[in-house]
Amino acid sequence: MQLVLEKRAERSTTIALVSPLIAIGLTIVTMSILFAILGKNPISALIVYFIAPLTDAYSLQEIAVKASPLVLIAIGLSLCYLANAWNIGAEGQFLIGAVAGSWLAVKTQGADAGYWVLPAMLLLGAIAGALYALIPAICKVKFGASEILTSLMLVYVADLLLDYLVRGPWRDPGGFNFPTTAEFDPVATVPILIEGGRLHLGAIITLLVVAAAAVLLGRTIKGFEIRVVGAAPRAARFGGFNANQLILLTFAVSGGLAGLAGIIEVAGPVGHLQPGISPGYGFTAIIVAFLGRLNPIGILIAGLFLALTFIGGEQAQIAMKIPLDVTKVFQGILLFYVLACDSLILYRFRLIFPSRQVSSGTG
Amino acid sequence: MRKILIAATAVMLATGASLFGASAADKLKVGFIYLGPIGDLGWTYQHELARQALVKEFGDKIETTYLENVSEGPDAERSIEQLVRAGNKLIFTTSFGYMDPTLKVAKKYPNVHFEHATGYKKDKNMSIYNGRFYEGRYIQGVIAGKMSKAGVLGYIVSFPIPEVIMGINATMLGAQTVNPNIKVKIIWVNTWFDPGKEADAAKALLDQGADVIMQHTDSPAAMQIASERGKLAFGQDSEMIKFGPKTQLTSIMDNWAPYYIDRVKAELDGTWKEEDTWGGLKSKMLVMAPYTNMPDDVKKLAEDTEAAIVAGKLYPFKCPVVDQDGKTVECKGGDHLDDGQMLGMKFYVKGVDDKIPGGK
Amino acid sequence: MELAEAIILAVLAASTPLLLAATGELVTERAGVLNLGVEGMMIVGAACGFGGAWLSGSTIIGALCGIIAGTLLSLIFAMMTLGLAVNQVATGLALTILGVGLSGLIGAGFVGEKIVPAPHLHIPGLTDIPLIGRILFGEDAFVYLSLALIVAVWWFLYRTRPGLVLRACGDNHVSAHALGYPVLRIRTLAVMFGGACAGLAGAYLPLAYTPFFIPGMTAGRGWIALALVVFASWLPGRLVIGAYLFGAVTILQLHAQGAGVGIPSQFMTALPYLATVIVLVLISRARTGGSTAPAALGTVFVPDR
Repeated sequence: MQLVLEKRAERSTTIALVSPLIAIGLTIVTMSILFAILGKNPISALIVYFIAPLTDAYSLQEIAVKASPLVLIAIGLSLCYLANAWNIGAEGQFLIGAVAGSWLAVKTQGADAGYWVLPAMLLLGAIAGALYALIPAICKVKFGASEILTSLMLVYVADLLLDYLVRGPWRDPGGFNFPTTAEFDPVATVPILIEGGRLHLGAIITLLVVAAAAVLLGRTIKGFEIRVVGAAPRAARFGGFNANQLILLTFAVSGGLAGLAGIIEVAGPVGHLQPGISPGYGFTAIIVAFLGRLNPIGILIAGLFLALTFIGGEQAQIAMKIPLDVTKVFQGILLFYVLACDSLILYRFRLIFPSRQVSSGTG
Repeated sequence: MRKILIAATAVMLATGASLFGASAADKLKVGFIYLGPIGDLGWTYQHELARQALVKEFGDKIETTYLENVSEGPDAERSIEQLVRAGNKLIFTTSFGYMDPTLKVAKKYPNVHFEHATGYKKDKNMSIYNGRFYEGRYIQGVIAGKMSKAGVLGYIVSFPIPEVIMGINATMLGAQTVNPNIKVKIIWVNTWFDPGKEADAAKALLDQGADVIMQHTDSPAAMQIASERGKLAFGQDSEMIKFGPKTQLTSIMDNWAPYYIDRVKAELDGTWKEEDTWGGLKSKMLVMAPYTNMPDDVKKLAEDTEAAIVAGKLYPFKCPVVDQDGKTVECKGGDHLDDGQMLGMKFYVKGVDDKIPGGK
Repeated sequence: MELAEAIILAVLAASTPLLLAATGELVTERAGVLNLGVEGMMIVGAACGFGGAWLSGSTIIGALCGIIAGTLLSLIFAMMTLGLAVNQVATGLALTILGVGLSGLIGAGFVGEKIVPAPHLHIPGLTDIPLIGRILFGEDAFVYLSLALIVAVWWFLYRTRPGLVLRACGDNHVSAHALGYPVLRIRTLAVMFGGACAGLAGAYLPLAYTPFFIPGMTAGRGWIALALVVFASWLPGRLVIGAYLFGAVTILQLHAQGAGVGIPSQFMTALPYLATVIVLVLISRARTGGSTAPAALGTVFVPDR
């Protein structure tokens, strides 16, 4: 008797709807077991993780603040992944965008420049991110080098470049030589939406991008091309879709979005450039992209959900002394379950009995 | 059925809320933000030891909480604010990079008191504190100068911030009093914490002829390598003698407990006010690990140097201080460099053959 | 000890974890599976390896624990990607995140402890030969094991029938299946081998390199190992060169600093990564029409009936 996986004749829509719920359910069960092993009350832990952050305005705002760059980057990544181009270097593109935009902020420091500064910074950040992402894309298209590894290596390079700049040429002259630029002028700072909180314009930008991506993928030819090139490369070639051009395009767009997220984060919640401005957004966004099943609305929900687990994880550390590592374990397990359940959309299991099995002569 | 569900939800929400809401009114809640894991055997570990000392000292009167691995970027502000919202009234943020986030949160919550380590911005409800680690470095320099047969010190450093430059300079000044021709080889590993890299750096320094290793990074890797090679080394932040019983000469140990106990006491008594504390050997903000693996005369020299510093008779940065280019540095503190000059140090003293990465 | 000899020894040690992990991933990828979770498997191997050694007092038991840990984690990966036909990139990344978190939880109890590092070989007479003695006869077992392993892998892939079959699975799984080979089973074994190697590589760090455990001590070496496999064009011989090259650049940049070479340290630190990108491009360029990756690498395979 054997359990085999076989492809379904067509996608199962019931599973497609239900799988995220099953995945979350399985995750909750697994986490409860983990909490119990650690000696913590599973119910309280789950409440602190998932429910408590939803009960006050401050936490809700913070969820939005944390989710915003994640979703922004993940949208870009989803375009790449749909086209079978694997951009793993979003973290580096994020940093380069932050650096490029900050350059303008540092240059116009104290010069009482006009309101054009912030939009220009954002634009610079996006362009720089796009260009940085084109490096691995060109390496792939022209030389066939693996974009996964080149984009990843460039993350380390970007990190060290940022480090060099804030320790050297861009150091705040009044900052006792600590590695940070001076605080950005108000014209170079992303405006806050609600007084007293941290929710900023970046969230609006993110929502606009989500909407734009939904339109792009669902209703435009380019979006169609992207989806076909990834799902059925041969059919795409017959259709005249240029896979190389799409790789370049999707990398550029995703680099641009990551760069934009970078400068928004620096000019917004942080307010100056310093080493370590990203707690791994570029990599977490990859999870968000997959959790959201490479779909713009899904990504929005996944980003909010993941941000919720970060905030919840911090509160769990405070309220119940649950170590931060548990949050990472949780995110990994959640991703596993979502991926596993999603595979049931395309495949199903069947039990094969020996008497019905065609002898295949396998060793 | 519906009533039961509503009731159950209410109970669940209440349980959740009560985890944050009004807690026992008498306990003072004290919060800590840590940069690394409490197990880093270095910087964060020492803060954690101090926190444990607080718990021992004040028992039931306080309740402490900590968040570890808090990155210095946008997450920091939220983590600090979370502690505030959880009812902590006195919060210690233990790394330079938390300076601006602490300031922002401090402005938002004037009734909560903040203590920020190794920074320079403060406010009515935000104090700063730091240790005069350069005093310990000077003593180490004196010891190293005596113990190094090759006359070459190996120095493993993380990033070129003033604190680190100060350390190198103080070490050299101390060593030069014993051996005016002492040399130092410096390797920047660009991280506070990567045992593999620190081990590699130690090997490289030893291979290039250094025979005493000092570090301004956090793991015991270098001590371990020095021990393997039969050379000498200084620990950092905490006692590292376990990793080099015959190797460790001494270690500068961060000793935050007395300061923390002081501040918590002030908070409990209602006498807390904003201060700027830069404590040295005298106030026991740092403590030297026992002087080991050295002959008695060197030990005595080290003890005497320490005593002189504590008594205020010896200043590591006493004027004239001559920089790498031979120029004498302006002396703003009378007969020694003043605090501002030290905090912003961005030059090497004469005798250091290295260029500060990133320029001056 | 001469400087050259000392540098070579340091490079040997630094390159060993890279070589071990990359060897495992090479086999995995030759079978057609892309496992990005190397960093996660390595770090769990480090935590379990140290724990095993500390609890038992024996390096060998520690190494075994590391191997088992890596293998178990790779099994999860195999179940997902081979059993459930899930996307390999996503699963690999999830494995890394899970691994980092797990290692922190497992290793938390061991931080601050110290063990006796793995013993170095010492053959009287041979080890003391100047210049080459310590290199050839004075290192610890892991170093020699890593070299023996890659040689064994080369022999297996190119000189044995099972190795040929494994390569066939990576190049054309449909044909291999048609010929009657159990593609999924072979891939599963390849993935497990990759996990075992990664676990061993991770265990090497706290067992021999720096004899204590600290969360995060792999510091990205798993990702470097992945790059090395591509750098080596999936060929075992080139893998050895690549691993030692990377180790050499890492060590030499430190020496350059110590010797007072005046280039910014950030650039020196970035050098190995930049070098990898450049080499990747150059190698891929040398081939007309793209890299020589196993043709079926990373694609999903569900055997039809």
